[in-house]
Amino acid sequence: MGEKLLMKGNEVIAEAALRAGCRYYFGYPITPQTEIAHYMAKMMPKVNGTFIQAESEVAAINMVYGAASAGARVMTSSSSPGISLKQEGISYASCAELPAVIVNIVRCGPGLGGILPSQGDYFQAVKGGGHGDYKLVVLAPYSVQELYELTVEAFNIADRYRVLAMIMGDGTLGQMMEAVEFRDKEETPDFKKDWALTGTGMNREHNVVTSIYIKPEELEAHNIKLQKKYEQIALNETRVEVYNCDDADIIVAAYGSVARIVKNVIKMAQKEGIKVGLIRPITLWPFPSKAFEKYAQVPKAFLTVELSAGQMVEDVRLAVNGKNNVHFYGRMGGMLPTQKEILDRIKQILK
Amino acid sequence: MTHQEIIIAGFGGQGILSAGRILAYAGMLEGKNVSWLPSYGPEMRGGTANCHVIISDEPVGSPILNSATALIVMNGPSLEKFESFVVPGGLILTDSSLVTKSPARKDIDVCEIPATKMASDMGNLTYANIILIGKLIAKTGVTTIQNFTEALKKVLPEKKHYLIPEEIQALEAGMNY
Repeated sequence: MGEKLLMKGNEVIAEAALRAGCRYYFGYPITPQTEIAHYMAKMMPKVNGTFIQAESEVAAINMVYGAASAGARVMTSSSSPGISLKQEGISYASCAELPAVIVNIVRCGPGLGGILPSQGDYFQAVKGGGHGDYKLVVLAPYSVQELYELTVEAFNIADRYRVLAMIMGDGTLGQMMEAVEFRDKEETPDFKKDWALTGTGMNREHNVVTSIYIKPEELEAHNIKLQKKYEQIALNETRVEVYNCDDADIIVAAYGSVARIVKNVIKMAQKEGIKVGLIRPITLWPFPSKAFEKYAQVPKAFLTVELSAGQMVEDVRLAVNGKNNVHFYGRMGGMLPTQKEILDRIKQILK
Repeated sequence: MTHQEIIIAGFGGQGILSAGRILAYAGMLEGKNVSWLPSYGPEMRGGTANCHVIISDEPVGSPILNSATALIVMNGPSLEKFESFVVPGGLILTDSSLVTKSPARKDIDVCEIPATKMASDMGNLTYANIILIGKLIAKTGVTTIQNFTEALKKVLPEKKHYLIPEEIQALEAGMNY
């Protein structure tokens, strides 16, 4: 590892992408993630890459489709309303099995909403915001160091499986500065992209990248192939942090910046003799159901804390599968739960 | 054991965010865990700025502060907004050239420093934030002059490095006030 630097989350995402070999960035500015575009605009020319501020989010995602078809490492970033606009392109690229990275630094909705932190896009990211049976690999970092690690990982997962990978954060993570250490060199496995549209040179059959299958037999076969791929991803790429869960009185499920607040709550609770565990999904899809299954009967109850009206809590309930009570506490509109609020809720549940 | 939760607040343009950033960088060079979080929400539209800085021996949990061990304020509205955040026994530093009211609380340590006036006397108004940081460092020991100097080198663009000796003079003026 190199020198410790103090960097902003958004800038670290961009730097990580460059280090992972991303040489194409297409985006359209929106708070609270615009620093990603700033950084790319400044750095891309220095590495002979391409930065384009597209005319819209829709244009940007289709530029991603183009660059990915040609086998390039490519990224776009936006925030909630902008990600909504990209959904058609996301569905198309998923069908065409194009690898690329999409960053969503979530802000509050619905609608144009507000610019403060939120986790209200969980359903959109995890259950599919676009049409059809497809999945994104959704990574939810909770520190600036993880923004780096997981952005690099997102490119590798995307290339390994020919899928779209999404980094999902919020304004707290994007705007905060924290220490980060970059590796001297990224070890990128050699992904042979023999499917890419690189020109045949009249030496081979031409490749096809498409999202249209007119014959139902072909489209069903393609869907089955996609589902098999998602099964493989679920098997190999699920990531989770299980913290303080053995003998826990209550286990809290939280991801991203909320998990940081919960870690403070764990310390506060300890002083009062309450043992709080944390299961922190790092991949939101594939969801780490096994961790919840394993601990389903350990605590007196589960509590899911989110910056939403209750989205991930549905997956927690599915994973706990009726073996325990799963409570929910959420704030919306950019309001954040305080440590005391969460601890009070825990005490109320345990009473 | 070090654990400081610091809020710095004032108007946009007073160097609120950069003061916090340099302080956090210096804390990191001190070997501490640090975080820096700027205000970027609707309050910025009113021309006010604030940032939350944590410098700790322990890993930093949430970077969002609901309370503070130290508060630096460079305008009146910020004192009103954040005075109640300070924990009993905590520290409030005000730029008394601009904040005319004194903190009402009696259970905290208060330092009122005419930082803007002092900076103006030094010939550069933009050092007021550094003067206040100087006092904060003297009071809390979160970092040293040496690491603050190193942090300035990291945060300031190279073409501004010629200012560092004056910045350190401002820091020392605050420390010794």
